Amino acid sequence: MTENTTNDPIIICEDVHKWFDDFHVLKGITTTFKKGEKAVICGPSGSGKSTFIRTINRLEEHQRGTIIVDGIELSNDLRNINLIRQEVGMVFQQFNLFPHLTNIKNITLGPIQVRKMSKSAAEEAALALLDRMGIEDQAYKYPAEISGGQQQRVAIARALAMEPKIMLFDEPTSALDPEMISEVLDVMRELAHSGMTMLVVTHEMGFAREVADRVMFFDEGVVVEEAAPADFFDNPQHERTKLFISQTLQH
Amino acid sequence: MENIAITQEVKPPNTSKGPVKWLQDNLFNTWYNTILTCLALVFLFFVFKGGLTWIFTQAEWEVIPANLQILMIGPYPIEQAWRIWIVLCTLFVLLGLSAGVWKGLVLRISAAIAIFGLILLLIPLDVVKNSEAEYAVLEFNFNIIYLIFLKRTWLLGGLVLFIVTFFLGRDKNVLKRWVIGGWVLSLPYTMMVLHGFGENSVSTTHWGGLFLTLVLAAAGITMCFPLGVLLALGRRSQLPAIKWVSTIYIETIRGVPLITLLIMGSVLFPIFMPGDLQLDKVLRAELALILFSAAYMAENVRGGLQAVPQGQVEAAQAVGLTYPKTMLFIVLPQALRAVIPAIVGQFISLFKDTSLVTIIGLLDLLGIARSVLANPTWQGRYIEVYLFVAAIYFVFCYAMSYVSQKIEADLGVGKH
Repeated sequence: MTENTTNDPIIICEDVHKWFDDFHVLKGITTTFKKGEKAVICGPSGSGKSTFIRTINRLEEHQRGTIIVDGIELSNDLRNINLIRQEVGMVFQQFNLFPHLTNIKNITLGPIQVRKMSKSAAEEAALALLDRMGIEDQAYKYPAEISGGQQQRVAIARALAMEPKIMLFDEPTSALDPEMISEVLDVMRELAHSGMTMLVVTHEMGFAREVADRVMFFDEGVVVEEAAPADFFDNPQHERTKLFISQTLQH
Repeated sequence: MENIAITQEVKPPNTSKGPVKWLQDNLFNTWYNTILTCLALVFLFFVFKGGLTWIFTQAEWEVIPANLQILMIGPYPIEQAWRIWIVLCTLFVLLGLSAGVWKGLVLRISAAIAIFGLILLLIPLDVVKNSEAEYAVLEFNFNIIYLIFLKRTWLLGGLVLFIVTFFLGRDKNVLKRWVIGGWVLSLPYTMMVLHGFGENSVSTTHWGGLFLTLVLAAAGITMCFPLGVLLALGRRSQLPAIKWVSTIYIETIRGVPLITLLIMGSVLFPIFMPGDLQLDKVLRAELALILFSAAYMAENVRGGLQAVPQGQVEAAQAVGLTYPKTMLFIVLPQALRAVIPAIVGQFISLFKDTSLVTIIGLLDLLGIARSVLANPTWQGRYIEVYLFVAAIYFVFCYAMSYVSQKIEADLGVGKH
């Protein structure tokens, strides 16, 4: 849908399985994400959607199948995991900002320690990012001193500072007050238009309809249905999908 | 109407209270509280009257100045005392530089230490000659005046160095690295200077008094802390070997009284060592103290590690930080900050536990105090001597506690 999508695959998942003890969370996910693609992943809680995107930067280990990110296969090789994590930014539901560091230090830590950037260059880049997020004036405050929406934008800036090729969003607006959701979605919308590859787990169906190239519907560890947003919302094929859409769009 | 009411600035009600109001509200608010307050005042009056009367009129304090040197440095030869002064002056230099470079809290703490030094400079505790035969006789002969003058000069020199280095180090950020390096090297440096080399060296059998207590405590505190952190990380490690070694170590040490460790170090250890290889007695006591405290420190730190949410580790991993960097920059700063009270509690414990080295025949501050009391000349001066020793312990322990509170406030514990 968006003009930026290419045909080069950047994430390839083959029959990905994952268990929490005996509980089968992911039951064979096979899919490919293209460079520049924006995919929205939705589904009821416990459906495995968060677990799935967390396997992509190895915050969760998959136990069967293969995941190839940017040409590197995820295995137990720590070097590979760290390489992939540098290319994959992640934004969490609970922000997970480092409370003992100022906002700007939250952002510069990765570039300085991992990318070996100089302190001044990292700070300059961080200020530019905060400016892009519209919160340049909050740079030298601590996370606890700013609002939830601002914290989540700092968290997005922190992920972007590593100049990743892929951004993962794990329910980025679920912990926010309603009036702060839009300021975060605006930033994500802008990011989508810049051509970033984005995997977004969210319940914001309006955002999905507007920004996504593809909507994936997860239930009980499998992809029940995936389609372009227009088809997905207006013409769902499966009963489970229809029920989910009618329930989420009711309010 | 309503709009006006909203835009009007409403001041909070005045809840501030003067001391008189506080007294009325809390001590004299009902007739029975008034009676209780008066009774308590009478009680306190008699307690303080008794205590203060004893301290100022009945106590015979000459035992302190007469034995001041032995209480401070024990059997350390007085002609080698310059070694201790050199160490003190070096520490003042480091303190001054740190105060200048970091300012803020470091400056305030260093200044407090310097002021304490200044107070010591002015207290005439040592004007009595240190010889049992002539005690309490104020003989203003040249020798005494010279000795007193010498001590004052050293202390004054240290304070002057503090001020000079403070101005030298002011706003020089490039010095930070060097000052940190200086502090790291200060412990081995101190040991080397205090012990010395060749025929003038002072064997640790001559170390004693407050000086020995401070050496044991300072080395113990600086060594047990990093060891404790490593053990805490080890106990939470994913690698079974490291995890089990750490756990077994911690549980074994915590299951044994410190005295047993000290006695094992002093009696059993030499038996197992090959004949000509003997570890220094003070060093063995020091090792026992460090190994003992490290186990407790590890559990304190582990408590802090558990208080750091998993999301913090995930966020650090997500930006690609390696395990050591995640620990160093994200987890440990938050974990340690959360358990400062427990950590400092352990430091204070360690400081007081040094008094147990008397068991193995070392003469720390408390041990030397007992040996002073064993001298027939000072028979029956228990209260005076023990009060003095208690006051010294209190000053150091309370100073640690106070500094830790200031550090907590400075780090914004509970705020961000």
